Amino acid sequence: MVAFGQFLEVFISGLLAGVLYSLVALGFVLIFKASGVFNFAQGSMVLLAGLALVRSLDWLVAKGFPVWAAIIAGLLFAAVIMAITAFLVERYVLGPLVNQDGLILFMSTIGVTFMIEGAAQMLFGSDVYPLALFPNDAWFLFDKAFDGGILVSKIDVWGGVIAAVLVAGLALFFQRTKTGRALRAVADDHAAAQSVGIPLDWIWFVVWLVAGLVALVAATVWGTKLGVQFSITFLALKALPVLIIGGFTSVPGAIVGGLIVGAGEKLAEAYLGPFIGGGIEYWFAYVLALVVLLARPQGLFGERIIERI
Amino acid sequence: MRAPSASDIAAGEILLSIENVSLSFGGVRAIRDVSFDIKKGEVRAIIGPNGAGKTSMLNVINGFYQPQHGRITFKGETRTKMRPYDAARGGIARTFQNVALFKGMSALDNIMAGRTLKMKRGFLWQILRVGPALTEEIEHRRRVEEIIDFLEIQAIRKVPVARLPYGLQKRVELGRALAMEPELLLLDEPMAGMNLEEKEDMSRFIIDVNDHFGTTIALIEHDMGVVMDLSDRVVVLDHGVKIADGTPDAVKANQDVIDAYLGVAH
Repeated sequence: MVAFGQFLEVFISGLLAGVLYSLVALGFVLIFKASGVFNFAQGSMVLLAGLALVRSLDWLVAKGFPVWAAIIAGLLFAAVIMAITAFLVERYVLGPLVNQDGLILFMSTIGVTFMIEGAAQMLFGSDVYPLALFPNDAWFLFDKAFDGGILVSKIDVWGGVIAAVLVAGLALFFQRTKTGRALRAVADDHAAAQSVGIPLDWIWFVVWLVAGLVALVAATVWGTKLGVQFSITFLALKALPVLIIGGFTSVPGAIVGGLIVGAGEKLAEAYLGPFIGGGIEYWFAYVLALVVLLARPQGLFGERIIERI
Repeated sequence: MRAPSASDIAAGEILLSIENVSLSFGGVRAIRDVSFDIKKGEVRAIIGPNGAGKTSMLNVINGFYQPQHGRITFKGETRTKMRPYDAARGGIARTFQNVALFKGMSALDNIMAGRTLKMKRGFLWQILRVGPALTEEIEHRRRVEEIIDFLEIQAIRKVPVARLPYGLQKRVELGRALAMEPELLLLDEPMAGMNLEEKEDMSRFIIDVNDHFGTTIALIEHDMGVVMDLSDRVVVLDHGVKIADGTPDAVKANQDVIDAYLGVAH
């Protein structure tokens, strides 16, 4: 029973960690779905949102505001910062590049990454700032059945709940609203979308705003876990295998991909680690992604593109 | 509603007028000082050999290109700079030479996308699908189903359009334009690449749209038989210059037109 208890513990903590990867991956999927652009800047947006939140929060608390009011005001402030970012990106980067090739748009987001990273640290500082929005301790479940119980970190559970709400909301937004339909239309064909009266500039603003808000949500969870710091931008690299496994165009794919990566790397670390040496966590996700690329290049949930010849 | 007869059109009200429009891309002069008008309720064909500037003309009309010179007046309003969004708002819909559909979406969703400008409810209402947003959604679906019935594409409404054969894709694209309930419909080679039967179907739809809805149509087409049958008036472009303008019969007999199409002996 001890062995099974240990398996469960590793498996559950892996799944929950995976959900947190999904939160970052979601931001990528949103922009990719709506503009066909792989947004390299998503990781830096998480950093920007996190810094804006934690710095305003600290400032307000130091001024003597009650914590709950400071949290609300801090979240609003960070949301406004993300809205400004979305506006600037649309106005000065994507807007002038309408109807250009996807690769050109991708390159431009690399530029955006550096701009955001630089601006975020210039405005809000470059130290490690601790954030404590969620409890960071753990539950011990089923301690009757298993010796010592199964350790489940509370913040990971919070992350899971938040991700579930976010995904449900986004799915409804994409499927039911005219803006959602317009977003999908823009991804397929810029010119045709314009011809039916979809305002491209507005749609791109909305999609970068939504991606910015998703980045903010990811920042609250990851910031509590690791502290808000520059290395949070490297999350973008972990999101990449998640996207390849789940498929770039699928919201549910981002979730399932995250779960597979999270559980896979934790289980590999625990059970393969003793045989082939530790540190498997750091590369296992990429190997999984490679396998998926070989077997199913569009990802588990991606749209299969069939070219007519 | 009945289609206006030829004499009605001759006397009719001008919906769109193009005056001395010129458009160039760097050194390439795509349109040179072209003027013509489109009257309410007519089918106006724009023809000419390859590279004559026909598609450029359509792109100017719906705001994809901004001409360097000239004036465009639509519904009595002269415009200088216009975006495609404003054109769509004003009631101009179009189809494209190389079908431009939203490939990942179903035929139904593609046509629904044409209703974008007609939907008014906020997105929170649409997510919840209650009250006024529900009524609105049902109303739009009803209009779209009418278009689907009209174009006889009931069987494919849920199929992602990328999987449809070319002729049907063209039909869905026409459906999306019709969903906008346009006053002016621009068709860029609606029959290119079609077989005879598909061409006949498409001709029938174009005539019906013009007859039943009274929609004004401007179309580019290479098939002369189709042009002569469908259109009330024809404008002929060659190398960006207007060389003839008039009824199909007059244009057919015009020496410049014959030279442009067949080449002149030097």
